Amino acid sequence: MEKTPALRFSGAGQIFDTASGTLEALRGVDMTVGRHEFVAVLGPSGCGKSTLLRLTAGLLAPTSGTVEVFGLPVDGPRDDVGIVFQKPTLLPWATIEDNVVFPIRHKQGRVGVEDRARARDLLEMVGLKGFERRLPNELSGGMQQRVGIARALLLDPDILLMDEPFSALDALTREEMGFELLRIWQERPKTVLFITHSISEAVLLADRVLVMSERPGRIIEDLPVPLPRPRTVETTSSKVMHDFSGHLRSLLLKRAA
Amino acid sequence: MTSPAISAASSSSARPERTVAEPALWKRLAASPVFRPAATFLVILLVWEGATRLFAIPSFVLPAPSRIAEGFSSIPPGRWLEHVWATLRVALVGYAVSILVSLPIAMALTRSKFMSDSFYPLLVVIQSTPVVAIAPIIIVALGSGDAPRIVITFLITFFPLVVSMTTGMLATPSELIELSRSLRAPAWREFTHIRIPYAIPYIFSGLKISITLSVIGAVVAEFVAADKGIGFFIQFSTSMFQVPQAWAGLAILVVMSLTLFQSVSMAQRLFFPWSLPKGSR
Repeated sequence: MEKTPALRFSGAGQIFDTASGTLEALRGVDMTVGRHEFVAVLGPSGCGKSTLLRLTAGLLAPTSGTVEVFGLPVDGPRDDVGIVFQKPTLLPWATIEDNVVFPIRHKQGRVGVEDRARARDLLEMVGLKGFERRLPNELSGGMQQRVGIARALLLDPDILLMDEPFSALDALTREEMGFELLRIWQERPKTVLFITHSISEAVLLADRVLVMSERPGRIIEDLPVPLPRPRTVETTSSKVMHDFSGHLRSLLLKRAA
Repeated sequence: MTSPAISAASSSSARPERTVAEPALWKRLAASPVFRPAATFLVILLVWEGATRLFAIPSFVLPAPSRIAEGFSSIPPGRWLEHVWATLRVALVGYAVSILVSLPIAMALTRSKFMSDSFYPLLVVIQSTPVVAIAPIIIVALGSGDAPRIVITFLITFFPLVVSMTTGMLATPSELIELSRSLRAPAWREFTHIRIPYAIPYIFSGLKISITLSVIGAVVAEFVAADKGIGFFIQFSTSMFQVPQAWAGLAILVVMSLTLFQSVSMAQRLFFPWSLPKGSR
């Protein structure tokens, strides 16, 4: 018997009503993500990647087809899904620790001692021990995004949704954050849906890469990444990585041509 | 790690010293931020005084600063205080009512497209009505007492508040609103935890505009009907041809407005230092 996947899209479509008419963001998306699997969604900008993520988070309902999380249809936001946004979007007036405990304070109206202890543990895990009392604008972009990751992990979600989380960072920090994320993922296994438009990032991080078409977005390729774990700096210069990335690039370019 | 704002501020004000001795007193005074505007003001007063004497300008046209000072001291301090209190009371109560009314209006405009479509044009109509023109009508409708003056002050101050609050709340990053929704938090916390704090810098620009408008509102109301207040005093003095006294009243209004404005700025600095732009902390 097949195990229930963490996430399953069956013929999911999304059409938005806008002032200038309807806009079909997604059409007939079929995909599954297994528990604790790391899946990257790769596609050109404006292809509906973020819509995919918002459907999973329950922030949107599909206009056709179904979206299921752990076998149950998504009918609204849920506690077992954490989101990391493209920009860290921290609260500028709150300390780093207060930013990490924000989901609990916002949801329940108060924060317990054990929540704060948990936040400090998470901050230590993302390498920000000692920064608890700082304000967001005292931190670099990469550090702020680490806070964003810690915040998303606070409620210990089964599924972590990441919407191009490192795209606002410089290339070097971006690569560093990728390895950092892999370390965190190994320490606390999660089902990760990682939206990106960077081929190398997708290949380095994911177990599987889903390639999306331009709008209306569909999954046009579903490729397992032929790289062993753990992945290291050496992985980035390996021939397998190079060949696989090249394969993906030609796929995307062929579509665009 | 030192904050860049602090290091930048100290490096710009402290020039490298050749000796270890403290700089001369006048040098420290000259470096203070109030020195230049104060010196400019002093020079203007001197030129003003000199010009009115030199050209023998009659005091009903332009009284010399010394004549204004005489006008000021010809009124006993107790009388001044009564007038100041009457104006200040109306300005502050009108301002407070304005804040209390604009916050829920701004929240409604932020929350719902329907509300903003329905009510925003009406707000613009109210704002476009010259307050000076409706002041007599309001006074007739509401009779004597502070009430009509407070309403007039309210009408003149609340529009900038509603606009600044709404703009600020709508400027909140959409990701945070999505985060709030994804947490299924009570809807009012979207305001108390996210939108209102985010709007603080905007709210304070509205508060700063409105506090000076509140003095204008109170004075306009006094022009129409009052038996006390600085606005009333200015009108009364001019009708008695006591122009230097009227100028003294005007000077007091300016001081009052400046003090109120500075109090609002100080409140922001004190309670919401993070809301100030970098470099001015």
